[in-house]
Amino acid sequence: MNGFPILSVMLAVPALAAVACLYSTAERARWVALIATLINLGLGALLWINFDLSGEAAQWQFTEYAPIFGQFAWALGIDGFALMLIMLSVFLMPICIGASWRGITNRVPEYMALFLIVEVLMIGTFAAQDLLLFYVFFEAGLIPMYLIIGIWGGANRIYASYKFFLYTLLGSVLMLIAMIYMAVTAGTTSIPALMEYDFPAGVQTWLWLAFFASFAVKMPMWPVHTWLPDAHVQAPTAGSVILAGVLLKLGGYGFLRFSLPMFPEASAQFTWLIFLLSAIAVVYTSLVALVQSDMKKLIAYSSVAHMAIVTVGLFAWNQQGIEGAMIVMLSHGLVSGALFLCVGVIYDRLHTREIARYGGLAQNMPKYAVLFLFFTMASIGLPGTSGFVGELLSLMGAYQVSTWVALICTTGIILGAAYMLYLYRRVALGELKHNDVRAMPDIGKREMWLLAPIAAVVLWMGVYPESFMAPMRADAVTLLERIDRAKPVGDSRPTEPVAGAVAAQQQRIEAAENTDVAHGEAH
Amino acid sequence: MSWSANLAMTLPEIILSVGAMVLLIVGAWGREASTRAVSITSVFVLAGASLALTGPASTGGVAFDGLYYADAFAAFAKLLIFVAAAVAIVIAPRFFQQGAGENLRPEYPVLILLSAAGMGIMVSAGDLITLYMGLELQSLAAYVLASFMRRDNRSAEAGLKYFVLGALASGILLYGISLVYGFSASTDFRTIAAVYGEAAASGERNLGLLFGLVFVFAGLAFKISAVPFHMWTPDVYEGAPTPVTAFFASAPKVAAVALAVRVAVDAMGPALIEWRQIVIFAALASIILGAVAAIGQTSIKRLLAYSSINNIGFVLIGLAAGTAEGVAAVLFYLVVYVVMTLGSFIVVLQMRGSDGLPVETLASMAGMSRTRPGLALAMAIFMFSLAGIPPLLGFNAKLAVFTAAVNAGLYPLAVAGIAASVIGAFYYIKIVKVMYFDDPAPAYAGKTPMVEGGLITASAIIVSPIGWVLLAPLGVWTAVAAQALF
Repeated sequence: MNGFPILSVMLAVPALAAVACLYSTAERARWVALIATLINLGLGALLWINFDLSGEAAQWQFTEYAPIFGQFAWALGIDGFALMLIMLSVFLMPICIGASWRGITNRVPEYMALFLIVEVLMIGTFAAQDLLLFYVFFEAGLIPMYLIIGIWGGANRIYASYKFFLYTLLGSVLMLIAMIYMAVTAGTTSIPALMEYDFPAGVQTWLWLAFFASFAVKMPMWPVHTWLPDAHVQAPTAGSVILAGVLLKLGGYGFLRFSLPMFPEASAQFTWLIFLLSAIAVVYTSLVALVQSDMKKLIAYSSVAHMAIVTVGLFAWNQQGIEGAMIVMLSHGLVSGALFLCVGVIYDRLHTREIARYGGLAQNMPKYAVLFLFFTMASIGLPGTSGFVGELLSLMGAYQVSTWVALICTTGIILGAAYMLYLYRRVALGELKHNDVRAMPDIGKREMWLLAPIAAVVLWMGVYPESFMAPMRADAVTLLERIDRAKPVGDSRPTEPVAGAVAAQQQRIEAAENTDVAHGEAH
Repeated sequence: MSWSANLAMTLPEIILSVGAMVLLIVGAWGREASTRAVSITSVFVLAGASLALTGPASTGGVAFDGLYYADAFAAFAKLLIFVAAAVAIVIAPRFFQQGAGENLRPEYPVLILLSAAGMGIMVSAGDLITLYMGLELQSLAAYVLASFMRRDNRSAEAGLKYFVLGALASGILLYGISLVYGFSASTDFRTIAAVYGEAAASGERNLGLLFGLVFVFAGLAFKISAVPFHMWTPDVYEGAPTPVTAFFASAPKVAAVALAVRVAVDAMGPALIEWRQIVIFAALASIILGAVAAIGQTSIKRLLAYSSINNIGFVLIGLAAGTAEGVAAVLFYLVVYVVMTLGSFIVVLQMRGSDGLPVETLASMAGMSRTRPGLALAMAIFMFSLAGIPPLLGFNAKLAVFTAAVNAGLYPLAVAGIAASVIGAFYYIKIVKVMYFDDPAPAYAGKTPMVEGGLITASAIIVSPIGWVLLAPLGVWTAVAAQALF
């Protein structure tokens, strides 16, 4: 891949396709969008294959640099974290286009163009190596999402689109001032350079808070999560998929890329805040999800709970926590995306998201019921699915810093099982009460093509997470080396092994094994 | 310095004045029949004046013993002014042609030329007398332009209001000038600066100089329509014929801001601490009031008037920095602002009911994305850009002024300003909502003529991400222009 600007090409393909869509008929726009996103998926695969995993590989790969915009430069490059998130984006994008194939019938060219622009902006956000370029991509996403929610959304779409736009904008502008300050003080806008720059601890506090204002809203963390349920419920299916799948990851990525490495002292200082908000979010939003009567809203609240696990993991200051948080992000992107698609499937048939209107779908839609069950289990975090890997690692990491937070967040997982299983029971199990529900056909070929790939990846990530963790390992180590100096003291203090104790323990284990064997024989 | 060298430096204004006078005579004899020819010629006159900027007019230095500065700063502002003036001439004929109740007369382009000459003098002023002369020449032409539709009550009201309030502003400014002159014994900017410098160095507070400064800034705030001297703007913008409004919102704004910058930096630079307070207050008040008051508007022209007040607030943030970087940011902001404003007003020009008469209500824009997709897309680009959302150029303009403010250590100002910009975003996205989310209202009548369509497309492309290619050259150019003041 020497010299080939693959990241720029990945940005250019959907951008050009978006322009082409605007000048196409509805049918052609669909195909243009699908082909463009598939090309990008292919390019993404190339990116992953060519990503150097060996120990001596540079942290930043595929870098491009052209200082052509005066105040900021066209600087691109990715590390393992960015690679995985770009993969998530390019993987979900063709699925989104497919999900809108029949559901969207009016103003199709514009719709497809906007989705392609969203793809450009998402890839750009993850690939940007210049502070201001990052902000441009990060913030520009507001425009297409505002239009997608506002034009193709549900009944209350205008309120939701305003709330989405203004909430996230207010969060981000403060970050912009912080970014300007950083660029002016450090004399550079290069993200890798800023990751090595030490701001004084007092300044870090303010900068951290400004970034927090933005990322907490994007994430979204309790109590600034209220835009999310509105936006999710009103957005069209594919819009929800992309919101939950990728846009929510921008907050986590921001914490990982900016808050932690650039302001380690402030991050340590505010770990309690993150933990407090996350712990509240896990329990509170899980309880709220339990009483929802709208399917999309329920999944939206579950997203907030899952994102809280991500923040807990990110601020655990250890390898497990950070890798776990990344895996939760990836897993949540896939699983919640798939769940929104599942809702979309039955919404397309009955045009309601009211849980009570359904019931007994397992009888007339068996294939659907199986897939829906699979994703429900993945959302709960059943071993063997991606959810388990991420949540286990995150909580293991968090336990080392705060046992209380780990304890509270684990109850959230139990609550998660409760609301997801409750949802599944009401939708898929029980009697077929309504005649119109009875008449609903099982999922077709197109819908199968949307859900099956996600299911395969979720399984892959659950059974062999190493494929996904390997690219991120070196970056997590680098990050930890960087922030180690500020690491807060954890409250879980495992007993130090004293001389002799180890030997005694060894004996105990052997003894236990012997008794096990004895028991086995006795049986 | 020789007489001819002085004249060479003032060549742009000479071209404009001579051109305006000749065309006035042509118009007087030719009556309405000559309108077209006069309009076309005046565009060429403006082009000639712009061309003249390449000579000594941009590099010559000081002319007429300090009365007139022909530097890069003035040349930059003048180019922007002349381009905006030419656009205002180009877009006028069709508006007046189609049942606006009044035909276009040859005086229209002539008045714009005279106004442009006045603005050229304003931005080149090196002396309080030159300053006032240029300002009055520009204003008098503008009062007439505002009431150009003689039989239209609103237009007449706009002209009268503009005149009365403008005269009041001139009075305030003159009073300030007289105080400054009285306490510094000079009208020359450099001498005044030296006196302010002595006052600052001695540590004693010279109340006379201070009052003079306050009144001068109050008068200038009137001209740039910064809060609390903004009241005339919405009424005048609404009442004036739309091409004239487009003109008011662009060229005179540039001239007045450039003048304010020059007075602040050249004449009162040592009194930075004093005038900075005024500028900061005016900036924040303009941003907040411009944003809040715009929310309830139902007329697109009034809304754009408040938007211009809002934008002036951001421009003033750049000035408040008081550095060369801040001035460069002001110039860059003005360029982007002029493009966005002219673009949106030309879109407004296309809004005509089925009877051919202009429509100005926000409600009539409902569903424009279906009836006129291209126009709606351009307007949406302008609105997002005015709101400062990346990747549109309006964001880069805001970024430049805020960078200057942060660099000057004005953190609270930067934070407050940017937080208030979110309020402004609300009404900009409201326009997008009306055009894209609402059910279509009856489509506008008529087609967009080639020239206006071309201008809309060009402005939309400049503020779109394609315009990023302009960032580096504009950055260099504005920096050079700003350096001329320091």
